[in-house]
Amino acid sequence: MGRQRIIIIGATSAIAEHCARVWAQQPSDFVLVGRDHYRLESVAADLRVRSPQSSAQAIVMDFSDPVAIAGLAMQTAVEGHVDIVLIAHGNLPVQADCQQDVTLTRQALEINGLSPVLFAEAFAGQMEKAGSGTLAIIGSVAGDRGRKTNYVYGAAKALIDRYAQGLQHRFAGKRVKIVLIKPGPTATPMTAHLPPRGLASANEVAHRIVEAVAAGQAVVYAPARWWLIMMIIRHLPRVVFNRLNI
Amino acid sequence: MVKVHSWGRLGDFDHQMIPLSDRHLIAAQLRSGVAGLAFGMGRSYGDVCLNPGGVLWKTTALDRFIQFDETSGRLQCEAGLLLRDVQRLIVPRGWMLPVVPGTQLATLGGALANDVHGKNHHVAGSFGDHVIEIVLMRTDGSRSILHPGDARFAATIGGLGLTGVITELTLQLKRINSPWLHVETQPYQNLTTFFDLADAAEAQWEHTVSWIDCVAGNGRGIFMRANHSDAQQAVPKSSRQWRMPFVPPVSLVNAFTLQPFNQLYYQLKKKQATALQYYEDFFHPLDHLLEWNRMYGPRGFFQYQCVLPRAHGREGVQAMLKQISHAGEGSFLAVLKTFGERSSVGMLSFAQPGVTLALDFTNQGEKTHKLFASLDDIVRDARGRLYPAKDARMPRELFEAGYPRLQEFLSHRDPGISSAMSRRLMGS
Repeated sequence: MGRQRIIIIGATSAIAEHCARVWAQQPSDFVLVGRDHYRLESVAADLRVRSPQSSAQAIVMDFSDPVAIAGLAMQTAVEGHVDIVLIAHGNLPVQADCQQDVTLTRQALEINGLSPVLFAEAFAGQMEKAGSGTLAIIGSVAGDRGRKTNYVYGAAKALIDRYAQGLQHRFAGKRVKIVLIKPGPTATPMTAHLPPRGLASANEVAHRIVEAVAAGQAVVYAPARWWLIMMIIRHLPRVVFNRLNI
Repeated sequence: MVKVHSWGRLGDFDHQMIPLSDRHLIAAQLRSGVAGLAFGMGRSYGDVCLNPGGVLWKTTALDRFIQFDETSGRLQCEAGLLLRDVQRLIVPRGWMLPVVPGTQLATLGGALANDVHGKNHHVAGSFGDHVIEIVLMRTDGSRSILHPGDARFAATIGGLGLTGVITELTLQLKRINSPWLHVETQPYQNLTTFFDLADAAEAQWEHTVSWIDCVAGNGRGIFMRANHSDAQQAVPKSSRQWRMPFVPPVSLVNAFTLQPFNQLYYQLKKKQATALQYYEDFFHPLDHLLEWNRMYGPRGFFQYQCVLPRAHGREGVQAMLKQISHAGEGSFLAVLKTFGERSSVGMLSFAQPGVTLALDFTNQGEKTHKLFASLDDIVRDARGRLYPAKDARMPRELFEAGYPRLQEFLSHRDPGISSAMSRRLMGS
């Protein structure tokens, strides 16, 4: 495989950063998009040391501005063929806080649901024009069934789920691949307050994402065991589910 | 609150875990108001990395390279990077970490804060000897850049994490021609022969170490010496890693297994041999068995590591082996090594000229502590000292006697940082 051009939205998130490290094992050209200049620059510098033959360009932008998002997709397409787009940004809101303050609820829905969808739509359009490319979006197992402990986050991720399904339908049989990744709880700064047992490592999740992207798989749970766990949780009858404290 | 134990698994303690992942935000994160402590991989054995009831600033997500000059071998990076990940990046480019401890699953910050040593101490000194620059964040929000020669630099090297949080460091790496080492093993029958072998090897061999049979009581063992080779062989397929899958109900290191294991190990290795070994296999054989610390059962284990000046080295080690064998305790992998004639940079650095002995002991409560007290007497009489990175129990007076620069060190402490060890040995 030749040199790949990879665009990562939310490149400072732990999972995205680890994906970049795996991709950088082959010389690649990265466009790293984030909200914080310093963090983005430190990720870019790290990639340059790990892979001196790779290039890493950092772009800081507003993740809620549809005009900027469309502009980014257009600009990167003009600059050259895009092989992979990974949309990885998000944050884990505290459910109780969202219940207290609907401003936080709105922010959580925007950053975890609306914003990734806008990016995906903009890049999907460019890939359609180019005729190929792989668009990977990070959803979550939390989007598979609403739970009292994090349904605001879950609802945003469920939006991504249904949206990716639609994109997959749209591109069925085409050379544009849409990959939906659903990580289980992963050991990242976002989950530091949780007990470490049972958390997958960001590195492990990243390897699975990179494999899935290479294969153009439609839906991937990471680690794989979450497929089974969520299948059971999705199918639990409501009377049983509502008794669970999860 | 999250339960955390150190490598010795002597207990699980509640900590508030705060991850550091963005070095530009750390100043704000350290001002939490509660005394905290930097925590990397938790590979130190005792309580130096614990702060029960308090905050741990987890550093493993501070794992970015910043700059690497492949011509000069200067590497600047964040302090949470694992030694393993640094090695895997630099070794293919003809460089190597100049000093590595027995595990490479430790962070650079941890290696620096404990000023670890390796098998090449007589040539290269300890880890701190190769540090060119440290970025230290203090809990008052200040950020300082330290260099060799600064008092705070000397306090931070081997400073047990108590002078601030090490967020970045710059190292001078060592040039290598090959990742392979030429290794020779040689059995010895007693301590006199060990010292002869060690002294003779120091001039010509970069790495020396020995396994000593702690059950036989006569001081027999296997001496290993190695040099970097020029061999251009293919990198071996990464050998299989095993994981100790659970904590057995009793320690697997016990009266029934100690004697046969030590006997078997000696018999297997006693043939004089030379071999070419890949650096990971030579430096870090135990990393192939993940979570081997579970082997010691639910009560965990202690490691006892001391250094004795050479004047009392042979008698001291002999006396300690006698006590250990008499007590019927000991470990599979006891290590005996001579340190070179060089002093360490750090005010609390462990390595000093002499001979160091390290052994693991299953925690058997009172019985084990009694044995330690008798070993302490030997260390005290020999004017030696114990290694804080391994320690969970040394008496405060032994620490004070072993580390004459302690008073000087205390003035460099960050008042917002505290550990179980600092409270035990320094009073706060």
